[in-house]
Amino acid sequence: MHTRERRAHHNTSMDKTDLPEENMDFEEESEQRTVKKKKDKGKKSTKVKKSQVPVVKKDEIESRSVDTEPGTSFPPTFSVSEIKNKQRRHVMFMRLKQEKRKQRLEIRKKRKKEREALGDKAPPKEVPKTIENQRIYDETTVDPQDEEVAFDEGTDEFSAYFNRLTNPKVLITTSDRPKTRTIKFCDQLATVIPDAHVYYRRGLALKRIIPQCVSRGFTYLLVINEDRKVPNGMVLCHLPDGPTAHFKISNVRLRKEMKRRGKEPTEHSPEVILNNFTTRLGHSIGRLFAALYPHDPHFVGRQVATFHNQRDFIFFRFHRYIFKNEKKVGIQELGPRFTLKLRSLQKGTFDSKFGEYEWVHKRHEMDTSRRKFHL
Amino acid sequence: MQHDDVIWDIIGNKQFCSYKVKTKTQSFCRNEYNITGLCNRSSCPLANSQYATIREEKGQCFLYMKVIERAAFPARMWEKVKLSKNYEKALEQIDENLIYWPRFIRHKCKQRFTKITQYLIRIRKLTLKRQRKLVPLSRKVEKREKRKEEKALIAAQLDNAIEKELLERLKQGTYGDIYNFPIHAFDKALEKQDEETESEEEDEEEGDDEDVGQKEFVAEDEIEESDLSDFEDMDNLKGSSDENDEDEEENDDDEEENYYNESSEEEMDTEAKTKISSKGKAPLKGPYRKKRAYVEIEYEQETEPASKNKAT
Repeated sequence: MHTRERRAHHNTSMDKTDLPEENMDFEEESEQRTVKKKKDKGKKSTKVKKSQVPVVKKDEIESRSVDTEPGTSFPPTFSVSEIKNKQRRHVMFMRLKQEKRKQRLEIRKKRKKEREALGDKAPPKEVPKTIENQRIYDETTVDPQDEEVAFDEGTDEFSAYFNRLTNPKVLITTSDRPKTRTIKFCDQLATVIPDAHVYYRRGLALKRIIPQCVSRGFTYLLVINEDRKVPNGMVLCHLPDGPTAHFKISNVRLRKEMKRRGKEPTEHSPEVILNNFTTRLGHSIGRLFAALYPHDPHFVGRQVATFHNQRDFIFFRFHRYIFKNEKKVGIQELGPRFTLKLRSLQKGTFDSKFGEYEWVHKRHEMDTSRRKFHL
Repeated sequence: MQHDDVIWDIIGNKQFCSYKVKTKTQSFCRNEYNITGLCNRSSCPLANSQYATIREEKGQCFLYMKVIERAAFPARMWEKVKLSKNYEKALEQIDENLIYWPRFIRHKCKQRFTKITQYLIRIRKLTLKRQRKLVPLSRKVEKREKRKEEKALIAAQLDNAIEKELLERLKQGTYGDIYNFPIHAFDKALEKQDEETESEEEDEEEGDDEDVGQKEFVAEDEIEESDLSDFEDMDNLKGSSDENDEDEEENDDDEEENYYNESSEEEMDTEAKTKISSKGKAPLKGPYRKKRAYVEIEYEQETEPASKNKAT
């Protein structure tokens, strides 16, 4: 008697399904199942019951439904989350998924048949949605013909470089007491960037280093910050009053950790490839990277340094290329690889307290949408 | 009345004192007014009616003296004297205030004061130097960023992008005359000029076709002699001549080619040829049978002597 009442109660809560009698059978079995599980004997029996249950259900539905499909059909107001029993809910969910998959397959087959039938007249294939496709349009995207941007770039801090007045000279240093990995990384960076000098930090303040660098003719200051024996941050400072960019470094791979790598990079100046720097901010960062390298790359060296921006991550790679023929090129990775993520861009040279920040990454404001990128 | 000895008897040795911290070798006193920090008969602030300490607050040093008459009002028990910032003057002040006090307390106060001033100086020096700012990382955020980076890497398809960019630069002619690809330059000439070049190129294409049709025998004699010894390589005779031509061409380029990631049709063809030729060992076709050397094979047979069988 008691169980009957319980069952009735269950029924009222399950008012959305159209098949009450069937539910009762289901519940009986599920109750038995749960009880047996509690007693911990029921492994075999539960399995048996489970296999029975869908069969039972199918038969009953088939006998009732008008559909000719062998699968189950769900009434439109059915939602899986209403079932309180976890196992049953799971079973129903699996069935729902199978149904959906079948429907999708059928639609695809239909579409394919239609396309074949139409032949040339078929409508063009739909392009799948990617994050790059769906990217929220950034207002600061640079138009190649924009005069204002061109003017700005002609008169900003890099104009000296782009007008071929100066040659880059880079000073690479680290934070205090670097570990071997950071030191090796700095050395490899020095091979990849022409005219780069590595100096140890020894507790000096950056603000004091900067005037000395300027006096010795350096154009760039590159500081690799280290945390837990691994480089994790980079401060790139363009020296005569240039902008300072602070990046987060990740996935550093030194040369000996790379598979199928080539020999050491030679002294030839590499070419530079900058990909996907579209917005104003991206443009300024791109120019920051471009000014690291001398103007005239030595094509004899056949080396290329790539800064590829994808979804606000800048991937750095260093390759040697060879043209097999006019349509094929082979590339072989040489130097270190790492990825950068811009954290902040400051207008003057490095000054963390009183500097004027052009752009700072604020997570709560800027990371709200998955389709919005800034570089 | 404060019976110091009684108090010390209780808290010092036998029973419990909540300020006492015991270690294997020594016991310490956690009382903030303790002058030496150790748990001793003479340093215990509870068990001494005549007691003084030095304490500092926000860089300012004070001399605290215990007024035992106010033992009933613990909040007002300690008298505070602000010491001057000048080290010598402060020492004089201590002397002046603790004039008739026991030697031990005076001495220890001065020692403590010296230590405090030293560490205050150190603090001031350190704040002038660079300070490391610790930025806390949120685990969730880091994980999220890592995942996003991986996905971005997959979406970037770096190798393809770089190759495309390089080819575009080649087409645009940024490399000048370094690379001479005749057909490519040919296409360029096509793009520039009009119908006249079309007729010219037709002639040249036919010229190329003529060369392709003709069979050239290049250094085959040497190869055939070496192949005679290997029956397996008989099939390779025709194929090998082509292979060797292409191998020679490829060897002219850098050896680094072995590592290049590229799908060159030429290499695929040679691979296909070698595969096909290496598989076909057994059935030799008619024309390939020409140059087989005649080898005589002698068979030996051993006959067992009949005597041994008889013995067993």
